[in-house]
Amino acid sequence: MSLISVKSLTRVFDVSKPWLNRVIERRPKALLTAVSEVDFEVAERSTYALVGESGSGKSTIGRMLVGLLKPTSGNVEINGVDLASESDAAKIDLIRSDIQMIFQDPFASLNPRWRVRDIIVEPVVARGGDATGLAEKLLEQVGLSALDAGKFPHEFSGGQRQRICIARALSSEPKLIVCDEPTSALDVSVQAQVLNLMSDLKDNFGLTYVLISHDLTVVQHMADRIGVLYLGRLVEEASPEDLFADTKHPYTKMLLEAAPRMDGFGREAELPEGEIPDPINPPSGCAFHPRCPIARDICKAERPVMRPLGNTRVACHLAE
Amino acid sequence: MTDMPIKDAPQKVVEQSRLRVFLDSDVFYMFKKSPVAVISTIIFASLVLSALFAPLIAPTNPFDPASLNLMNGFTGPMTPNAFTGESFFLGTDDQGRDVFSTILYGMRVSLFVGVAAVLLAMVIGITLGLISGYVGGWTETIIMRTADVQLTFPSILVAMLIFGVAKGITPVEYRDQMAIWVLILAIGLSDWVQFARVVRGATMVEKRKEYVEAARLIGRTPYAIMLRHILPNVLSPVLVIATISLALAIIAEATLSFLGVGAPATQPSLGTLIRIGQGFLFSGEWWILLFPAVTLLTLALSVNLLGDWLRDALNPRLR
Amino acid sequence: MSEPVLSIRGLSVEIPSRTGTVKPVDGVSYDIRAGEILGVVGESGAGKSMAGNAVIGLLTPPAHIAAGEIWLNGTRIDALQGEDMRRLRGKKIGMVFQDPLTSLNPLLSIGDQLSETMLTHLDISRNEARKRSIAALEEVGIPGAAERIDSYPHEFSGGMRQRVVIALALCAEPSLIIADEPTTALDVSVQAQIIALLKRLCRERGTAVMLITHDMGVIAEAADRVAVMYAGRLAELGNVRDVLTAPRHPYTQGLMASTPLASQGKARLHQIEGAMPRLNKVPEGCPFHPRCTFAQDKCRAAPSPQITDGAAACWFPIAAEKVS
Repeated sequence: MSLISVKSLTRVFDVSKPWLNRVIERRPKALLTAVSEVDFEVAERSTYALVGESGSGKSTIGRMLVGLLKPTSGNVEINGVDLASESDAAKIDLIRSDIQMIFQDPFASLNPRWRVRDIIVEPVVARGGDATGLAEKLLEQVGLSALDAGKFPHEFSGGQRQRICIARALSSEPKLIVCDEPTSALDVSVQAQVLNLMSDLKDNFGLTYVLISHDLTVVQHMADRIGVLYLGRLVEEASPEDLFADTKHPYTKMLLEAAPRMDGFGREAELPEGEIPDPINPPSGCAFHPRCPIARDICKAERPVMRPLGNTRVACHLAE
Repeated sequence: MTDMPIKDAPQKVVEQSRLRVFLDSDVFYMFKKSPVAVISTIIFASLVLSALFAPLIAPTNPFDPASLNLMNGFTGPMTPNAFTGESFFLGTDDQGRDVFSTILYGMRVSLFVGVAAVLLAMVIGITLGLISGYVGGWTETIIMRTADVQLTFPSILVAMLIFGVAKGITPVEYRDQMAIWVLILAIGLSDWVQFARVVRGATMVEKRKEYVEAARLIGRTPYAIMLRHILPNVLSPVLVIATISLALAIIAEATLSFLGVGAPATQPSLGTLIRIGQGFLFSGEWWILLFPAVTLLTLALSVNLLGDWLRDALNPRLR
Repeated sequence: MSEPVLSIRGLSVEIPSRTGTVKPVDGVSYDIRAGEILGVVGESGAGKSMAGNAVIGLLTPPAHIAAGEIWLNGTRIDALQGEDMRRLRGKKIGMVFQDPLTSLNPLLSIGDQLSETMLTHLDISRNEARKRSIAALEEVGIPGAAERIDSYPHEFSGGMRQRVVIALALCAEPSLIIADEPTTALDVSVQAQIIALLKRLCRERGTAVMLITHDMGVIAEAADRVAVMYAGRLAELGNVRDVLTAPRHPYTQGLMASTPLASQGKARLHQIEGAMPRLNKVPEGCPFHPRCTFAQDKCRAAPSPQITDGAAACWFPIAAEKVS
């Protein structure tokens, strides 16, 4: 049973200059397609990872999943409810308490003027719930001390703050937590602590994670299924075993080759061609074709659709 | 260096009070280390206290006609009066009022008008700044363009305009009573723009931070987010502006009163006293002008220095 | 063996503050030879950048060098002041920072910035400087260097900007390049290109490179030797393959084990309990002892030994016992 179902999700941002500048400089509107027709499903109690480089649209998808952004077209259904179009306020409220998010920057994601206790229980208190002793209980569950509830965020290190963020995310007893680069601001040894904690909590609370990351090693360690994004498009989706052992899409291959390896002493990686193109004017057809070593004419002309290939789904004309 | 906190060791429950947090903060530490800040705080505090307790400190009530003796008029400071033999610390004015007492009472009016005007400007400015920064779009355009237009006029002109209009619509018999309130309204309305601009800028920075997103995510209303989340985090620049504005408001009040459109002679502020005093300057009774003027200067300067120091302390990037 | 380009001996940096003096760098010694990349790795607050800044004389007051010596090509440079330091900085040491935008002047074309630097440090004509600028841009792999030389920094992508910064660092032909997290702000695919570029330049020009990063993968692929730092001190120094495959310091071992690896699948990650101590709370003895599973009384009492190449600053190094 899938908890999340995303259908041809698209988000366009208007990044034009102000109206007057446009008129004077005779420029057209500039539209940035951050996410383009993305489909995927996330099974309950699994971890789905979205991986990609900057401009891949992974964070935009995350924000649409939790309802911080509205899709331009397409839809996100969580437990069969579409937050963007649902009109029943009670249903929206119910779904909202099922969804939480953990952010990248542990220094910006806690209000510096609030005590940790108030931060953690806000999701409950905002709904008028009773939160007596809840913060203390949650703090202990995330490996901090109940005595920390009365402190302010500035007294904690980055890793501890991320634990506080996790405690806040847990307080409304959610089913789904979207984790946007949860460890990329943390040091390696602290990252291990946070990833282990996330795994434990997933088992204990029956959580579903959507993990957004640029770090292939983290994704491989955590995910049950991985979606690779390039320039707002889903290009490949597979289980970690298939993705790393039997890579289908040339972009994924390039990414895996380029990532530094702990055992790659003196390795001369095969260097990626070029850089990520401008998302305002993406290449025609397959967005990856200018950098693709195996591109043919059809790749310039026609955008490949996602098709199943074994247990993998891939959007490439030539993958086999 | 030796007391390494050990994770499992029982710690004392130390719930830091906000006062404790403040006393431990870098700002308070910097305050202690800055002689300018400490001295101007002491001066400002003693001026405020003496204004507050004027009825207890002042030797006479200068506005009680019964206590006045016209014979005491034009007594020089610290010299006994030629007719009555009474001596006054800072002398007396033409009607025999003790200058020291009038200054204490005048400072009350000046400070009251200044503080009230700044509070008014703060409430208007913070509200409009929060709304325009958080909501954006057309709301922001309208509020901020209005602010820009108002900024093109000197604020004293705006204040005089508001004062004039307000005076025109109040009935004659209430004018003296209303004068103080009109003054507050005039200065407050001419001063909100700075607050709005600073709060809008800070709000735009804060609203992109992830703690605000976390609050939006759980369905908190924009009203709750602005008030509970953003407002506490934009208050430090507001504090700086408020302090500097207080000095400006006190001077603006003095200017208006000096020009004769401010506090009435029945409730004289420092500005009114200076206006009255300058009439006697050329006849040699310099003290009637000098002492109120020095008080005004000290008051405005101490507030201003405090504001400058606050700006440096709270905003390290400006140094 | 050739004379090292950079030699640091017992370097300590101190920052006096209201609550006492902290030591972000404490008794660090290492050498970098010509044509060698030394990876300096550590978590945030380990003092790795601070050591680099001390070498180039960019410590922000009140931070200052409290003890130790820095030698560059046989000249002692830690006491240089003002003009001497500035000249040396551009001429002998090139610097590459994490954010390329902060090291480029947004108001000058990149050609002007390159020529300016060359004219300051080399005795050449304006024409010659421009020619060399184009050559420098070509060398760092900017396509169409001759056409793009008059472009401004904002017209380049992040990766291209970092290439320009590297060209700028190289243009006075320095003998040492300090690269402080040069790829942290870049995408994986661009990071690989920049690392390859640094390696090529180091090899071809014989420049010594100090590569400061938190990324063990980058260190493994790029560095010849590695210095692992912890709480301002050197934890381990040695050949990169030796240190990463057979770490002798428990901290290095923990760090390696806590990185998720393809081979270990879904198993729990090894974790080092706790976090790096704050600088004002560095414990006595070995700074790692509260987090170390092997800690003994000696570790709590005596500061960890100062180390030379190929050793770990540990009273009970791991691999050494296995070997003997």
